[in-house]
This record gives sequence, structure tokens and C-alpha cells, in this order.
Amino acid sequence: MTTSDIQEDGEPTRRDFIHIFGAVTAVAGAGAVVWPLVSQMNPDASVLALSTKEIDLSSISVGQAIKVMWQGKPVFIRHRTAAEIEEANATPLGALKDSAARNENLAGSIDATDDARVTPANGEARPEWLVLVGVCTHLGCIPLGTASGENRGDYNGWFCPCHGSHYDTSGRIRKGPAPENLLVPPYEFLSDSLVKIG
Amino acid sequence: MSHPSTYNPGSGFEKWLDRRLPIVRMGSDFMDFPTPKNLNYWWTFGGILTVCLVIQIITGVVLAMHYTPHVDMAFASVEHIMRDVNYGWLMRYVHTNGASMFFIAVYIHMFRGLYYGSYKEPREVVWILGVVIFLLMMATAFMGYVLPWGQMSYWGATVITNLFSAIPLIGDDIRTLLWGGFSVDNPTLNRFYSLHYLLPFAIFGVVAIHIWGFHTSGNNNPSGVEVKDIKKDTVPFHPYYTVKDGFAIVVFFILFAAFVFFNPNGLGHPDNYIEANPLSTPASIVPEWYFLPFYAILRAITFDIGPISSKLGGVIAMFSSILVLFVLPWLDTSKVRSMRFRPVARMWFIIFVVACLALGWLGGKPAEGIYVMWAQIFTAYYFGFFLIILPLLGLMETPKQLPRSIAESVLKSPNTAAPDHVAPAPAE
Repeated sequence: MTTSDIQEDGEPTRRDFIHIFGAVTAVAGAGAVVWPLVSQMNPDASVLALSTKEIDLSSISVGQAIKVMWQGKPVFIRHRTAAEIEEANATPLGALKDSAARNENLAGSIDATDDARVTPANGEARPEWLVLVGVCTHLGCIPLGTASGENRGDYNGWFCPCHGSHYDTSGRIRKGPAPENLLVPPYEFLSDSLVKIG
Repeated sequence: MSHPSTYNPGSGFEKWLDRRLPIVRMGSDFMDFPTPKNLNYWWTFGGILTVCLVIQIITGVVLAMHYTPHVDMAFASVEHIMRDVNYGWLMRYVHTNGASMFFIAVYIHMFRGLYYGSYKEPREVVWILGVVIFLLMMATAFMGYVLPWGQMSYWGATVITNLFSAIPLIGDDIRTLLWGGFSVDNPTLNRFYSLHYLLPFAIFGVVAIHIWGFHTSGNNNPSGVEVKDIKKDTVPFHPYYTVKDGFAIVVFFILFAAFVFFNPNGLGHPDNYIEANPLSTPASIVPEWYFLPFYAILRAITFDIGPISSKLGGVIAMFSSILVLFVLPWLDTSKVRSMRFRPVARMWFIIFVVACLALGWLGGKPAEGIYVMWAQIFTAYYFGFFLIILPLLGLMETPKQLPRSIAESVLKSPNTAAPDHVAPAPAE
């Protein structure tokens, strides 16, 4: 027995093999146990089932904005005035802190032009409707400016009261600590007055 | 433990048990532990902290019997505890103020360790375990504050969990994993409740090995000089320090009771008596007072550093401010433990304490204008103290003459035999 355990040429023995095989099996087993323990913390089926929402836009007049809940977060939908659209279009890209469109409906790296911010998953840009996830990209507060009379910040869009981020009429970050433009969620127009988010 | 056992089983039963499970011996040796005779009142905070932990666990178990961890019922169940449950108001106010008392005690305990060099050889592991306990305490307190599901609970949880999204590449996935959804919601509340119940017992375990650690190395003491002669330099823990700690605990209870009975909401935020509303952020989100210095450090980084955004930079600075404590034993190059004998270091230490208090004050102020600038200055000092001042000072300063022993340090002169008093601690 002793002669077969230790080989003169340094090659692995049958005993080395069973040690390595045993250890690898134990590690794989541990991984198989840890996986469900971590995975259970991710969003469950009931949470994922609520991942889309349809909204009727017909009651939102020009200049008005609403907040709806989607995936536990507020979504801002603003029916923009011509002046607000013009103001957003007139902003040169060089003046933006974050030059990416941050529109989930567009693939690839797109510049944050106003048109790129209001393009749904289906069809052309609809500049009169701005749809945004209403969560400040800094630390997740809800920016003010949706309800009438709220502080809309220095750029006439939204203002986050927590740490002072200012967003423009296209929801782009212009001033303050937030690193990114407000996210445009995936949405599509089912008709001219019905939009589906998610 | 590090000293020879002094236990003599008295009765026949004790002899019988001692051969099978020497648990009475363990308790007896714990009580007999040779403790430096010169410990001052700053050393009583270890005992105070143990009492705080026990109070939090007992009141917490009681509260868990009446609390409902669901977004629709959590807020109401806390009001139910306050109004309907017999002595529920008392249990909850002791628990909420107990958290504040716990942090007051732990901060004094940590400043004590810093001033007297308790982190130095051979107590590095004791210190590191202490930092682990501090981190566990912060996690526990944070999750506990979420449970009443008030506005500050909800928005505090939102801001803190969003810190993790600053991590490049995997940040968003980690945040979703913490939430169990797409925002702070019912799954988040449930898991925080589960962990808030678990972590205090983890703290209890780490406290046990923290104590094991300094029962192996022996206690540090205000002179910083090691015990040389157990007979001359030490006294048994009981009755000398059970009595001294007991007296300090009673005095501490007076402060505790003053808050519980006369200003129970003084340390909390009134917005947490408004139920959580995911659609409306309070005008300002302020963490509990004990997190304010770290919150100030987080917000002090308002500028990008190369590829690191200000958001990520703030998160890195905040976590580093605690992680730097782990390597402190190797950053401080001085062999002299107690700052009693390091007049220059002592001056820098006093400024450090002022900087920590100032950061705490600034953390509660809006992050704008002059407040940001001061937060940046004190943040720079906070890190400078650990990373520049302590490493260089040990090489450059000339410490005062150390006493030859603990016994000598407590005598007025070597010729005076009467150990009439213990040298008072310098004011922090």
C-alpha cells in the first residue's frame, strides 16, 4: 500500500486524486446551496408580475404633469408646452452634465437631444409627452416639480430637495450632485391617448 | 485565559461538576481576572455597552411580539404598541433611546481606545473585533430605524440602499438584491426585520471573542505600561471593577432614564411619525444623530476625482472612514501607547475629537454653501489624522518619560507608600 501512495516521479497519486475530487465536489455543493439562498433575495414572481402599467393620457391638459406608480417607483408624465419643448431643443449638448440619452427605448449610445428623450419604443419621437422615472439619479429621492406650484429648479423642470439637483424641461441633469439624466423607462403608445409603461 | 486558575471547588458537587464541565471555574476565573489597578472611569464603558446590548435584546424581543412587518400594517402596529400594549410605550422608548445610548457609549469607548493606544500591540485583534462590532451595530441600527415605516424610515432606507448603486458594473444588481424589488417595498421591510432580529446575536458572539481577546493580552490601562508584577500592578476584577462598573452603569442609567421619561423623542426626527409615502420625499432627509459624521463625509465629496464620480467618491470616502480603523494598529508608528506621554499627539487627538463632533453637526445641516466647505476641511483632517499625522508623529515626536510600572504610575513618588488616588483621566 505504501508504495502506491508515494510515487518517486512526483506524479499525483490515487490518494491526491480523491482529495482533490472530494474538495471540488464539496465546493460545488456549497455553491449549489448558496445560489438559492442568494437568489431568494431577488424580486419574486409577484413583484415581476406587476412590471407593466397602462395609463390614459386624455385627461392631462397641456402644461400639466402627473405621477403614476410603476414598479414601486413614481413615473412622471408631463404634457409639455411648446415653450418647454423649445427650451429643451435650444439647449446645446455641450451644456449638459450627462450627454447620454438614458432612454431605455433606444439601443446603443445616443446623445441626449430632446428628441432622443421623448422617443417611445414604437414610432417617432412625440415631443409633447415626456415620460420619466421620477427618481433622482443621485440617491433616489423624488424630485419636485410635477404638481403645480412646486419648485421646478433653475431650469424649469424638476428640483430634488434632498441634495439640490436641478433637471431641465427634458429631465436632464443640469446642476447639482446627480450624475445622470432622469431615466426614461420603456414605454410605448398603444393609441394616441394610451401609453404602456414597462 | 491568561492567568493561572484560582478556583477551588468548595463542595462535593462542584468537584464532581468541575471534572465534567468546568463552567463554575470559568465564571470564577472571569471574576478573578487580574485587572490593572489604575483603570479610570473611561474604562467603565465596556461594561456599560454590555448592559446596553442586553437591554436592546430584551426590549427588542418584547417589541417583536407586537410588531407586524408589513408595509400596510407596520406603522399602525408601532402606534398599537405605543397606545394599546401594556407598557408598550416604555418598551419602545427604552429601545429607541437605548440605541442612542448604545452609540454614545460606543463612541466614548472608541475615543478611549484611541487616546490610550488600546489598539497597539498586542491588542490589534481586540481592536479589529471592536470595529467589526461597530459595523454590525451600524447595520442593526439602520435596519431597526426602517421598521416603524415612517417617512424617515422609508427615505433613509432609499438613500442608503442607493449608495450601493454607485459601485461600478454590479451596483444596480446589488441594489435590486437588497430591495427584493424595484424600490424599497414590502420585501425590503421583511428582510430588514429578519436581519434586525439576527444581528444583535451576531454582535453578542463577537463581543464574547472581543472579551476573550483582552483576557488573553490583558487590559490596557491609562499609563499604557504593561503589567509587570501581578501582585503590585493588578487587582481582581471582582469586587474592584464590578463595583466601579456598577456605579458607572447606575450613573449612565440616570442619563438614559432622563431621555426615556422626559424627552423620549428628543433624539428622533418628527417626520418619522408620518407614515411612509413613496410618492413624496421629505424636505430634508436626515439620518439618526449617530450616523451624522459619516453622512457629512459622504456629502463632502462634491467633485469628481478622475474617473470616479462625486457619487462614488462620497461612498468610498464614507466607507473608508470606518475601514481605516481596521489598519490603524499599523498606521500608528509610535511604540508609546498612552497619549498621556505623547503631548504632541494629544494635541492632534483633541483636534480630531473636535473634527468628529463638527462633522456630526455639519451632517445635520443642508449640504450647501459654507457647510460643504467646512465638511470638506474636517473630512480632510479626519483622514489626515490617521494617514499622515499618526504615521509621521511616531517617528518625529519625543515622548515623555514612561513610568517603570503601573504601581509606580499611581504613586505620587516612588517613596510615598500610600496609593491614595488613581490619577484622573485627562479631559477628552
